[in-house]
Amino acid sequence: MARLIRTEKEVEGNYTEQWIVVDEDPVEQWPAGPLEVVGQPAVRVDGAARARGEAIYTADLQLPGMLHVAVLRSPHAHARVKKLDLSKTEEAPGVRGVLTPDDVDVLTREPGYPGDPVAAVAADSFGQARAALELAEVDWEVLEPLLDPDEAVRRGSLIDEAERYERGDAERGFAEADVVVEAEYRTQTVLHNPLETHQSVCRWEGDVLTVYISTQYIWGVRSEIAEKLEMPEDKVRVVCHYMGGGFGAKNHPGAYTFIGAELAKRTGRPVRCALTRREENLASGNRHATIQRLRAGAKADGTLTALAGEFVMAVGWTGFKSWTAGPMKMLYACPNVSTVEHGAKINTGPNAAFRAPGFVEGTFGLECLLDELAAKLELDPLELRRRNHTDTDLVDDRPFSSKNLLECYRRADRHWGRRDEVRARSKGPWKHGVGLASQIWFGGGGPPSYAWVRVGSHGRATVITAMQDIGTGTKTAMAQIAAEELGLPVEHVEVVIGDSARGPYASISAGSSTVPSMGPAVRAAAHDAARQILEIAAQRYHLEERVLSLRGGKVVSADGGSWPLEEVTGLLEDAQILGKGARGPNPAGMRVLTFGVQVAEVAVDVETGEVRVDRIAAIHDVGRVINPLGASSQVEGGIIQGLGHTLSEERLIDPESGAVLNQTLDAYKMPTIADVPEIVTELIDVPDEHLTNLGSKGLGEPPIVPTAAAIANAIRDATGADVRSLPISREEMLRALREAKERARGTPAAV
Amino acid sequence: MFELTVNGQSYALDVPVGRSLAAALRQDLGLTGTKVACGEGHCGACTVLLDGVPTLSCITLVHTVGDREVTTIEGLRDHALVEAFVRTDALQCGFCTPGQIVSASALVEANPSPSREEIRHAMSGNICRCGAYPKIEEAILTWRD
Repeated sequence: MARLIRTEKEVEGNYTEQWIVVDEDPVEQWPAGPLEVVGQPAVRVDGAARARGEAIYTADLQLPGMLHVAVLRSPHAHARVKKLDLSKTEEAPGVRGVLTPDDVDVLTREPGYPGDPVAAVAADSFGQARAALELAEVDWEVLEPLLDPDEAVRRGSLIDEAERYERGDAERGFAEADVVVEAEYRTQTVLHNPLETHQSVCRWEGDVLTVYISTQYIWGVRSEIAEKLEMPEDKVRVVCHYMGGGFGAKNHPGAYTFIGAELAKRTGRPVRCALTRREENLASGNRHATIQRLRAGAKADGTLTALAGEFVMAVGWTGFKSWTAGPMKMLYACPNVSTVEHGAKINTGPNAAFRAPGFVEGTFGLECLLDELAAKLELDPLELRRRNHTDTDLVDDRPFSSKNLLECYRRADRHWGRRDEVRARSKGPWKHGVGLASQIWFGGGGPPSYAWVRVGSHGRATVITAMQDIGTGTKTAMAQIAAEELGLPVEHVEVVIGDSARGPYASISAGSSTVPSMGPAVRAAAHDAARQILEIAAQRYHLEERVLSLRGGKVVSADGGSWPLEEVTGLLEDAQILGKGARGPNPAGMRVLTFGVQVAEVAVDVETGEVRVDRIAAIHDVGRVINPLGASSQVEGGIIQGLGHTLSEERLIDPESGAVLNQTLDAYKMPTIADVPEIVTELIDVPDEHLTNLGSKGLGEPPIVPTAAAIANAIRDATGADVRSLPISREEMLRALREAKERARGTPAAV
Repeated sequence: MFELTVNGQSYALDVPVGRSLAAALRQDLGLTGTKVACGEGHCGACTVLLDGVPTLSCITLVHTVGDREVTTIEGLRDHALVEAFVRTDALQCGFCTPGQIVSASALVEANPSPSREEIRHAMSGNICRCGAYPKIEEAILTWRD
C-alpha cells in the first residue's frame, strides 16, 4: 500500500516541507565498500556518443522550418526606452516575427542591467535576425546606474529583506575571548561559461508545447512554463538528452525560452533562441560578488567563543542572495554566532546559482579568517579546526546524519605533513607554502524522485526516468546501481533519460542532489523488478523465493543451482517485467551534509606577485561512492573551476557605466590544461547509514568549496601575506605582500 | 557552387559568401559533431583539421578552404584517441570533447609519444569548463594502450 508521509526537502540549503508517497517495504542498504558494480570504476555509458560527436545537444537540433531568434538587449546598465520602432525590422529579409515588451513580460522598456532583453526577432537564419535588429530604432534615456553594493545597502536598494541570525550572545563571546581577529574579505563576480550557451528550441503541435532545452531541471522548466503560459503541465513536454554544462545557471527556462515559445506560437514554426557567448556573459547569470566583514574570537587553546559577520552580496538587478553566512553558522562548534546578510540590488546582470552558491564565497572568508586566528594563537591550523569540530548542526541542534570530517582531517595529515619539505623548496623570489581549508555543503538530495526499470525476455534491463545528466556522469551511476541490484554487468543496462513525456518525475541536477535523489529511486525500481524475477523463478523451478538471488547474470539458488537470467525472463517472450521505485524520505530530525578538507601547495614570486598552485590534495566525505572514476573527475573539475575563481576569473565592469568589459573567452580568463596542478583525490566512501537505501550524497559541488581558501592560506604560509580579495591577481598579491612588510616594520599599511 | 572535401567525401556546396566552415559543416552538411561554443575563435570547441592542421572552423570562411581536405570528429570516430578519452573519463559534459580529440589527433600524428609538457602546450587552446584536463592529459599520454 502506498504510504503518505510529510517530509522535508532540501535544495542548496533551502528546506521545504512536502507530502510524499513512500514504498511500504524499504530496501536495506548494501554493505559498505566496493560491490560487484557499485563502487567499481565505470566508464561513462554515454562517453563514446559524446566523444564521437554523435550525441545531439540542444545546440545541434535542426528542425524542419526552424526559425532563429536574435534579441535586442540594452547596451546600458540602467535606461528607459523612450521609443521602440521595429517597422523596418519587420520588413527586413527573412523576418517572420517580432516581439516587443507589449507582447511578453520577459522583455522590458526599463532595462536594469547591460544585456536586459528589450525586443526579439525571429528570422529564417540567425544572420538575418541579427541584421534585422540593426534596423530597430530605439531612443534610450540613459539613467544613472547604481553599481556599488555597499552604496546600495546604504540607500536601501535591496533584493529582499536583510537576513539576520543570532545564536548565543556574540558580544559576550568576544568579551570572553583571549584573541580576536577581524578582517574584510571580498570575492568577485564569476561567470559560469558552460560551453553550450543557454538555449532552447520551442515547437507547438496543437496545444502541446515541446521545449528542447539545455537544462539542469527538466521538471522545473516544465512547471515554470506551464505556470507562466497558464497551461496544464502535461501539455508542456521538456526534452534534454545531452547538455553542455550548466554549473547552476540552467535551473530555469529563462527569458529566451518564453521568447521562443511566443514566436513559435505566432509563426507556427519551430523557433530556436540561443544566447551568443557574449550574451551568455551578460545575461545568463553569475556568481555574485561579496563583501564579508568578519570577526572571530577564541580562547588561548583555540576554542571558538564567537563568530560574527556582515555580508553584502552584489546580487544584481534580479536573482537571490546566496547563503554566504552558511559556513560561519554551520562549520564549527561555536556557541555564539551573529550574522547579517544584505542582498544589494544593483544595475548588473542577475545572480544565478553557481556550484555551491554562497558557500564557496563564505568558506573563503571564514577559512582565511580561521588561519589568521591560528597565526595569532600560534596554533596549528589543522589542530584549530579539530578543536572546534561539531557533530551537530548548531543552527537547529540536529545531529548530522553522518560526518567523517575528523577522518578527512586524519587523512589530510599526510599532505599537511609535507609543510617543511615544501617550504624548503623556496629559492630566490619564489616562496613555497602549504595551506588547508575545510568544506561543508549540502548534497543530501531528497524526494520526490521516481524511476522505472524494465527487464525484457533477453535478460537486459532499461532504467527509465526523466532526469538529465549535465555532464556529471549520473546516467552512468544509475546504470551501476540498477546493475548491482539486478546482478547484471553494467553493459546490460540501458538508461533512458531526458524527456518529460518518456519517464517519471526526476530531481533537479543542482545542489549535488542527482545521485542522492535519483539513486535510491533507481535502486528501489531495480529491486522491485528483481523481486518479480525471483517470484517467477521460484514458481518455475519449484523453489522458495527466499533462497533465490540475482548474481552474475543468473538466478542463483542457495543450494547451488543457477539459471541464466534470460532463461527465466525468456519465459515471458514479448512480455516485460516492470519495476518502479520512489525516493524515500531523508532521516527525520537530522541534517544531511557533505564534508571535506583540501590541502594546497603553492609557490609565490614575491617580486612579481605571480602565484602558482603546484598541488591540491582533496579529501571529501560524501557517503558511499558509486563510481570512483567519475567521482575523481568531479573532484578534479571542481578544483579546477575553483582555481580559476581563485586566481584568474573576474567579470569586470566599467565603474562609471556598468558596461561589462570582458564578455569573450579570451578576455575572461578560465583555466586551461596548462594551468592545472597535481590533484590528489581521496574519498572516505562510508555509506551514510541514515540516508535512504543507498547512503550516497552528492559530489558535484563539495570540491569547489574550500579551494580558494586553501590556496590563500598556502600563500600566507609561503609569504606571511594575507590575501583577502579574489581573484588573487598579481596586484592583490603585491598589495598583500606590501601590507605584510609594513606590518612587520610596525607601520600602518598604505592603502 | 564549389566543392568541399570532408572526411574523404566530396560535397557540392552552394552557400552565401561569409558562411563559416563551422556553419557549413553543421547546418549544410549535418555534421554536428563539430561544436560552436564561442563563435569567435577563443575556445577551440570547433577545431577541425585542414590538411591535418588544427583549424578553428568558426572563424574560417568556408569559401577560403579551397582544395584542402577537411577532417572533422566524424572522420576520427575510429581513432584510438576516442577510446582513450572514454577509458580515462576525459570528458564530462562532452561539448568540448570533439574539438579536444581533433586537436589531440594532430598532436599524436606529429608526435606519437608527447610529453606532459608537449600535451599542455598543444592542448591549451581547447577550453574545457568541466575541468577534465587531468584526464585529457592521461588520455593523450596513454592513447595507444
